[in-house]
Amino acid sequence: MLDLVVKENKSLNNQYFILILTAVDKLPEMLPGQFAEVRVDDSPTTFLRRPISINFVDYEKNELWLLVQIVGDGTQKLSQLKTGDSVNLIFPLGNTFTIPENKKANLLLIGGGVGIAPMLFLGSYLNDLGYSCNFLLGGRTASNLLQLDDFSRFGNVYTTTEDGSHGEKGFVTQHSILNKQNFDAIYTCGPTPMMKAVAAYAQKNNVFCEVSLENTMACGFGACLCCVTDTTDGHLCVCTEGPVFNITKLKW
Amino acid sequence: MVDLKVNLGTIQLKNPVMTASGTFGYGTEYADFMDVSRIGGIVVKGTTLRDRQGNAYPRMAETPSGMLNAVGLQNKGVDYFVNHIYPEIKDVNTSIFVNVSGSTIEDYIETAAKINELDKIPGIELNISCPNVKEGGMAFGTSCPSAAQVVKAVRKVYSKELMVKLSPNVTSISEIAKAVEAEGADSVSLINTLLGMAIDADKRKPILSTVTGGLSGPAVKPVALCMVWQVAKSVKIPVVGMGGIMNARDAIEFLLAGASAVQIGTANFIDPTVSVKVLEGIETYLLQHNFSSVNEIIGALEI
Ligand SMILES: Cc1cc2nc3c(=O)[nH]c(=O)nc-3n(C[C@H](O)[C@H](O)[C@H](O)COP(=O)(O)OP(=O)(O)OC[C@H]3O[C@@H](n4cnc5c(N)ncnc54)[C@H](O)[C@@H]3O)c2cc1C
Ligand SMILES: Cc1cc2nc3c(=O)[nH]c(=O)nc-3n(C[C@H](O)[C@H](O)[C@H](O)COP(=O)(O)O)c2cc1C
Ligand code: FES
Repeated sequence: MLDLVVKENKSLNNQYFILILTAVDKLPEMLPGQFAEVRVDDSPTTFLRRPISINFVDYEKNELWLLVQIVGDGTQKLSQLKTGDSVNLIFPLGNTFTIPENKKANLLLIGGGVGIAPMLFLGSYLNDLGYSCNFLLGGRTASNLLQLDDFSRFGNVYTTTEDGSHGEKGFVTQHSILNKQNFDAIYTCGPTPMMKAVAAYAQKNNVFCEVSLENTMACGFGACLCCVTDTTDGHLCVCTEGPVFNITKLKW
Repeated sequence: MVDLKVNLGTIQLKNPVMTASGTFGYGTEYADFMDVSRIGGIVVKGTTLRDRQGNAYPRMAETPSGMLNAVGLQNKGVDYFVNHIYPEIKDVNTSIFVNVSGSTIEDYIETAAKINELDKIPGIELNISCPNVKEGGMAFGTSCPSAAQVVKAVRKVYSKELMVKLSPNVTSISEIAKAVEAEGADSVSLINTLLGMAIDADKRKPILSTVTGGLSGPAVKPVALCMVWQVAKSVKIPVVGMGGIMNARDAIEFLLAGASAVQIGTANFIDPTVSVKVLEGIETYLLQHNFSSVNEIIGALEI
């Protein structure tokens, strides 16, 4: 548990913002897929902490980024934080993605909506390790496609929108790249129907695939057992055994 | 120096701050955040005779100043506890209680008898109040005869501190408390969660997989405080109070109402170090008000 300081609160549009946080001391090591439990202060309707994925980490600048979509009172309150404000986080929580040994592996990172958040950190992490990445990002419309410039620093970026306003028209799983290339591993985060469609594609084509799940969380660190998902090993906590799961383990 | 030791029936706790079952795991989940041996007592997760997968998800809904849970006693069973968890936690320097649950009286007896063999477990908290399992659980705790029956049966096989956890989902909690006291309970703890419900109006569906769940957090505090006060007046055995405690002031209110110790539940999720803060706050309060022992404020409410 740590009090971080808001370095910048960047509004992307009326729905999304990036909180750039920093600390007096050096930030702890974090891994892609991990998340933070953010305490929301001064919101009478927000009782529990809010789980938010680690979007990007810059150890040199001592920065931790959170990409947040405003959906209710808690995220609304976070959107009003100003430079210099303090935010209390429990982090880093959860597991990480499995990285293949072969540095030449053809990797595809698929993000939908605010589910792109952990994909940026994963991409930068893979890039640092010497892997090349392909990002396939989907949104309802162009304004739902976020951080495209940041993604393009770490690999090739492909996009889809449901209305065709950016990239190919349709869902991520309809993108032509899926027919043109063979992938060694697919990592995905986004709305459940999207992740299920990606998992179905991976299964059909026999590709290694990990998904990052969401669930209702009260604690985020394995104490309450409120966040389970059904797996081949029974009910497992998304907060400690996940959020990243191999699709072969999930019963969804 | 103030004396923080309190008596709970057959045992003494080093201080009155405990953590509540189902919210503190086995204590190990909190070791990264604090020195758990500072706490007066830890009540570990609800333990049943056999492995339980618990309820389907969603299991949690946030509510105004609280939360509903429908975990449904997910645990690996008492044998797993004895063989794998007990060795890991037995040397933590605090009083560890096992919360025992069951679907039948035989389940309770067999589970309690197995825990009775464990040297470093000074007591059990008999859970006759879980609202989240269909069979058993709360069914035992909502009528005087059935509550008395299960306590009587467990008392025969369990020789250490027998704390009985009471349900608030009853007409008169004092009557239940008196019934379990008569069968040999050493102490009572209350309250377990209040039966509650949350609905998603857009989907026209319940939010929890089980439709109803157990309400906890500050939303239940006034109810819990009142019940602790009523029970403390009706029984001679010690009362352990809980329900919505978020800080030291809340805990002190429970002590004043007659609780010999308190348990902290949901608050651990928001601040995993809250129990230590509550302990320090109680100490400060006692010093400020010139008390030399916490026992001086137990039941000291002036009416
Ligand atoms: C492991 C994990 C990582 C996450 N990472 C991010 C992230 O990086 N960025 C981000 O913006 N969000 C993320 N979320 C979702 C985020 O936690 C919720 O959107 C947030 O808690 C909503 O809080 P609120 O108070 O604003 O809304 P609430 O008032 O709690 O809810 C408002 C509305 O949003 C819906 N909602 C609430 N929680 C969720 C959820 N988990 N998923 C979908 N809909 C929900 C509710 O049904 C309700 O209708 C993550 C969730 C998990 C479990
Ligand atoms: C997620 C969760 C799980 C719980 N599991 C148990 C349990 O296994 N056994 C039990 O006796 N009480 C259980 N409880 C009830 C708590 O121990 C406590 O009685 C209740 O939450 C009220 O205290 P609080 O408001 O401080 O949380 C649980 C509560 C929560 C929130
Ligand atoms: S959120 Fe509490 S165990 Fe996962």
